[in-house]
Amino acid sequence: MIRTVFLTACMMLMSPNALWAENIKLAVTTSFHNSGLSEVLLPAIKDDLELTVQLLVVGTGQALRLGEAGDVDAILVHSRKAEEAFLSAGFGTHRREIMYNDFVFIGPVDDPANVGASETAVAALQKIAVARSPFVSRGDDSGTHKKERSLWQAASLETGEFGSWYRSAGAGMGASLNTASGMNAYIMADRASWLNFGNKGDLALLFSGDPVLFNQYAFLPVNPVLHPHVRNDLALKLEEWLIGDRARELINSYTVSGETLFIFNAGPND
Amino acid sequence: MVKTILPLEISNASVRRRGKTLVGPVDLILAEKGFTTVIGPNGAGKTTLLRMMHGIERLSQGTVTWHGPNAEVRGRQAFVFQSPIMMRRSVRDNLTYPLTLGKTPKTEARQQAEDWAERINLKSALNRKATVLSGGERQKLAIARALIRKPDILFLDEPCSHLDGRATREIEELLQGAHEKGIRIIMSTHDMGQAKRLASEVVFILKGRIHEFSPADAFFDTPGTNEAKAFLSGDILE
Amino acid sequence: MTELFEGLKAAFLLLVRLDADLVEITLRSLQVTLSALVIASAIALPLGAILAVRRFRFRRATIAVLNALMGLPPVVVGLCVYVMFSRSGPFGVLGLLFTPTAMIIAQVIIIVPLIASIAHQSLRDLWAEYHDLLISLNTTQRQRIATLLWDGRRALLTASLAGFGRAIGEVGAIMVVGGNIDHATRVLTTAIALETGKGNFALALGLGFILIALAIAVNFAIHWLTRTEVEGRW
Ligand SMILES: Nc1ncnc2c1ncn2[C@@H]1O[C@H](COP(=O)(O)OP(=O)(O)O)[C@@H](O)[C@H]1O
Ligand SMILES: [Mg+2]
Repeated sequence: MIRTVFLTACMMLMSPNALWAENIKLAVTTSFHNSGLSEVLLPAIKDDLELTVQLLVVGTGQALRLGEAGDVDAILVHSRKAEEAFLSAGFGTHRREIMYNDFVFIGPVDDPANVGASETAVAALQKIAVARSPFVSRGDDSGTHKKERSLWQAASLETGEFGSWYRSAGAGMGASLNTASGMNAYIMADRASWLNFGNKGDLALLFSGDPVLFNQYAFLPVNPVLHPHVRNDLALKLEEWLIGDRARELINSYTVSGETLFIFNAGPND
Repeated sequence: MVKTILPLEISNASVRRRGKTLVGPVDLILAEKGFTTVIGPNGAGKTTLLRMMHGIERLSQGTVTWHGPNAEVRGRQAFVFQSPIMMRRSVRDNLTYPLTLGKTPKTEARQQAEDWAERINLKSALNRKATVLSGGERQKLAIARALIRKPDILFLDEPCSHLDGRATREIEELLQGAHEKGIRIIMSTHDMGQAKRLASEVVFILKGRIHEFSPADAFFDTPGTNEAKAFLSGDILE
Repeated sequence: MTELFEGLKAAFLLLVRLDADLVEITLRSLQVTLSALVIASAIALPLGAILAVRRFRFRRATIAVLNALMGLPPVVVGLCVYVMFSRSGPFGVLGLLFTPTAMIIAQVIIIVPLIASIAHQSLRDLWAEYHDLLISLNTTQRQRIATLLWDGRRALLTASLAGFGRAIGEVGAIMVVGGNIDHATRVLTTAIALETGKGNFALALGLGFILIALAIAVNFAIHWLTRTEVEGRW
């Protein structure tokens, strides 16, 4: 009896995925995963490279931490300053830009702060602040949150001094959108997450297109000198694929609700 | 293995709990042979005295000495508690339990359980849960479970206190049979008739002190103390 | 309200289609949680019995710690396991992070205090009942523990099932140590969290209903299995 239990436990412990030959662990941000693009790219990568990409969908902060600890082989994030700090601390080998998408301002359909008529992103935020309309911030130190803070800064506004209309959700993109939908509040989101979001309620896309809202994604292999066990060879193989023609075509032709989300712009190493 | 662990010598032994002396000091020697009954009113300390002898009640002073190595003496005694403890198992498994603790083979244990069930008229109940038995059946089962390991000494604490006449007679026959086979029996009771029927010697205890220790005939014919006289004549003793 | 209905519909559709991904994550949920349950029970039930039977020096402290650990947020357990099994942590070389094994370890840590605590409570009562008999029969500690575990097995089953309930519905810890990797470490609860994050409430609710149905089915299955065993004996 005890022996049977023990054997069963052993069998259960030996997970089947250990048998798959080539696996690469890639930490990506929630917003990238929510776009749905990975569901197009991953099968293609599997076909072309016989490589299974295991996605760890986390916030930017956690993605960087996973890379620092050597728990993943590469990261795909969109927060330039943090990426540069990551590189200069020696945690990654290099930074390769792959593509960009853009951030958009979402808000109540009736647009009480009249954000839709703004010329620039900064002007839009200033209107929200003047109207003191409810605004949901990610508040989780993610790439999106960092971007939002830099925009408030550019608008010469101090988020710490805002009243209760400025709500820090401390959550991922989806959860924050849920909050905004529940409160009928303004929020800044990446276009992909917004288009894929299933609980739009009375929210609508009100403002987009300012180049300052462009959101650059970059691929950073984890440094194998620091962590000899990481599969740098696979990371490089994957990178080569990501900047290739197949990836260009898949990324540029990926649409949600008829809208293009990403623009391929792979360039040289930084 | 020594032949017998008797006599039992108790010298200057007491049990105190929370500053109150429950039993003692007691000086007593129980000889190799006999059927001892401990009698006395409720709360006199009968249960405590038996537990002291069996070694499951911590002594506050004095000694209880069996004749043999410590590791062995408890194994050669058995104790039937006032309200029999039924294990949450079948009658069969209750009977085999003491044997499985030793090295008795399983088939042998089951055979002995069936023999004992036959003897106490519980053969048809072998597969029944022990916890659903009647009071008399429980008591018989507890005695059989105590005897199955073939002890030299059997303690019983008021084994018939809640039973009717028929169940009492069955149990008395069981005990007489055990006594005839040479098992030393030490039993408490407050039933004078039972003591007269079974006992060869009597320990009379009152308020934790032993007032008389004498052969049964002598005790019932010519009690030596006023307290014993009063108890036997049915007076209520404080 | 309409969402609840949509959720039921989603659950129904998933079941009718016998969606391959659904089957996979459901089986993984079962694999992880049942493994954790077997291991945790093997640790916690004897522990509960020892706490009931033995009077050792740190007994009270151990019970207090167990009770306190029951309130530990799973995310904290997840973080601790992550730190231990991260490549930069002491057990990093084992390469267990982001595998079902790591999730099992986290769940074991989460449910051992719960199972041990409930087991201790019911075995303490049984021990009070058996105490005099087992002392009189001169049993060893080991025999006492074995007797309590066997005769208390019904109450212990309840303790284990409470552990199962806590483990199967747990998401915080296994999200951190498992990573919710598709086809590797995704289970029902992490999939629910993922779909909620995407705002797919109907799908999330549907998965939730399947999770509840699974928990009920496992409870019934275990009760049924033990019932036949009990009837066979008595
Ligand atoms: N653990 C204990 N603590 C305090 N008092 C006790 C304890 N056990 C028994 N007593 C008391 O000791 C006395 C003798 O009890 P007992 O030996 O059970 O008497 P008997 O069996 O003759 O009725 C009673 O007054 C009882 O209440
Ligand atoms: Mg008594």
